[in-house]
Amino acid sequence: MTRAEKRQAFWERNRKSGGYLLKKKIGQWLFSLGRAILIFGLCFLILQPLLQKLCVSFMAEIDLYDNTITSVPRHFSTISFGNAWRQFKGIKTFIRSLWLAVGVAGLQMLSCTLVGYGFARFKFPLKKFLFGCVILMLIVPPTTIITPLYLYFGNFDIFGIIGAITGTHKGLNLQGLAIPYLLMCATCAGYKAGLYIYMMRQHFRNEPKELEEAAYVDGCGRLRTFFQILLPGARPMMVSCFLFAFVWQWTDQIYTRVFFPTAKWDLVSTKLLNIGNLFDGENKAKYGVAYVTPQAYMNQVMATGTLIALVPLLVIYIVAQRSFVESISQSGIKG
Amino acid sequence: MSEEKTLNAADIEELAGDVAAEATEVAGAAEDSATEALDAAKQEADNVVDGVFAEAGDAAEVAASALEEAPEQSAAEMFPSAESAAKKLSYGSPKKAKNLARGNAIAGFLFVLPFIIGFLLFLVYPLGMSVRMAFSKVSATSNGLTYTWVGAFNANANFYKIFRVETDFLEALVEELKRMALFVPGILVFSFFMATLLNQEFKGRTAVRAIYFLPVILASGVFLGVEANNPLITNMKDLVKANNSAADITKTLEDILLTGETGNKFFQYVIDIVGQVYDIAMASGIQIIVFLSGLQTIPPSMYEAAKMEGCTAWESFWKITFPLIGSMILVNVVYTLVDFFTRTDSKLMTLINDTLLIRFEYGKVAAMSWTYFLIVAAFLGLVFAIFSRRVYYYD
Repeated sequence: MTRAEKRQAFWERNRKSGGYLLKKKIGQWLFSLGRAILIFGLCFLILQPLLQKLCVSFMAEIDLYDNTITSVPRHFSTISFGNAWRQFKGIKTFIRSLWLAVGVAGLQMLSCTLVGYGFARFKFPLKKFLFGCVILMLIVPPTTIITPLYLYFGNFDIFGIIGAITGTHKGLNLQGLAIPYLLMCATCAGYKAGLYIYMMRQHFRNEPKELEEAAYVDGCGRLRTFFQILLPGARPMMVSCFLFAFVWQWTDQIYTRVFFPTAKWDLVSTKLLNIGNLFDGENKAKYGVAYVTPQAYMNQVMATGTLIALVPLLVIYIVAQRSFVESISQSGIKG
Repeated sequence: MSEEKTLNAADIEELAGDVAAEATEVAGAAEDSATEALDAAKQEADNVVDGVFAEAGDAAEVAASALEEAPEQSAAEMFPSAESAAKKLSYGSPKKAKNLARGNAIAGFLFVLPFIIGFLLFLVYPLGMSVRMAFSKVSATSNGLTYTWVGAFNANANFYKIFRVETDFLEALVEELKRMALFVPGILVFSFFMATLLNQEFKGRTAVRAIYFLPVILASGVFLGVEANNPLITNMKDLVKANNSAADITKTLEDILLTGETGNKFFQYVIDIVGQVYDIAMASGIQIIVFLSGLQTIPPSMYEAAKMEGCTAWESFWKITFPLIGSMILVNVVYTLVDFFTRTDSKLMTLINDTLLIRFEYGKVAAMSWTYFLIVAAFLGLVFAIFSRRVYYYD
């Protein structure tokens, strides 16, 4: 059918329906248009700070002091990338941060999946009370417990067991090591672990009971049922948990500041937080103590540093976005 | 009957499993069976099932052989009896049921064990220490920290200081609560609206979704801290705003709407939310994901069935989408509240961090965080009391 024929057929149908078809078509079209405008506007709203940073990072120093330049640089330059990269102390910082984030996120994901399943599917005494404890853990602001935790890991001991083994009657000093925080993650006490437990529990609760009943009837044990029947269905939710944990570890400043002090650990997040001061220090070393780095120049390094620290997250995000959102509907026997 | 059985629960479960498994196999090859064979086999199978129930010991073999002898058995005929037999066997006697319940309880405890350990070691213990700090004067000496008990109401107490002597804590707290009343409903409505929008079919949907979840990364931890400390970018935003003030839609709308006398407060509230739309959008990335994942678990067949029955889109939203997304709403309310209270860029958190990291007043920090924490807990308790009974679980 050619286009003209199609058009003719449309008008014919429209005449038969008494103008209803045309009205409906126009309504649909207007709805799509309105939606497109809304979506575009909100997308721009979210991307604007990122675009702004990108523009600023490509400006030459002279552009930064020019009030007439707000977005597109007049003198193109990539010097700020070098400036920012030096403050991170190179690729090693990134690799270290990456390993730490993967470890933290993996441990959190595994422990929270187990615990979430336990809460969702088994009846045991004190269950309600324990779940109340999960919520409690979720809402305790980290600042409340961070100081005691720090002191605790300076002299780490579980009911005097470690002291008895080593024979010194003193705990281990774990300050500045990665073990304390990894231990916390493995026991569901890491940053926002309560949220992951909640998410996994909610997921398993919405899973149909028939899945497990069928497995039990077929002679599957509880562990095997969990690993073979329920885990494959829970994968999208686990990926979500992992990604959240990864991102929040990468950008975390609350726990990182205390557990991974800058003296011993070069991490992306702590470097980024101090990038302005580091840059200032570098300039002072170069031009003498009296030199004061201009505020705008310092801010440019901050913007560029933010972009550099964002790149790994963006890559992971773009790669995993599909499994993040789309696959949720394809899991299990839903739909 | 049951007391004569010598088998344990596991064996019986296995046996029941065998019966059901056989039945399923049989169902596969059943389509072209003859009616006579069907009747005979059914009779036989029923006998077998009775036998299983009477003498569980050798019933498994009989059942298996009987099922092998009757491969033409129809699925529809065979299934109910086999299934009911399985049920009878698993939960047949109270003793077995008790064993099952106990096994479940033990398994449940083992699954939850990591959390219990973490909770006791890394939450209860530090919380206890911080209570002690809140009621003590903490001073650093060469041997570490020393605690002197000061109580809560006298002039030296931390609580007395933060509430009666210094004003900044109370001020920050009140401001925080006011912002919460504005933000939490705003975030919930916005994220639900966005999730329904992103759940529709349109061109470039994947890209748009990807952009909407970006705030999860962009508005987290350090990035927020750096952004807040970056005057150049803030200045630029102000500049853009100042240049476009004539075209400020919210302001114009506000002027039009607020000239009337009625409903001022409500309009002011809505306008405040609209004015904060950037902050709301940046804070609602996760909520959108949660809502969207909830929307996607609703089977499309439900909507099709509703449409066949003559439901409009409006009706199927309230009768299908809304109840099924209920558990997600609860998740999001809890998450939004918690996220709001623990975010690092609030005035209150800055105050707490400064007191901790710059002034080293551990006692005061503990008192502040405990006050704050108790308020958060009260709010969440309220939310749970209202919502958790009304949430509907689809299973």
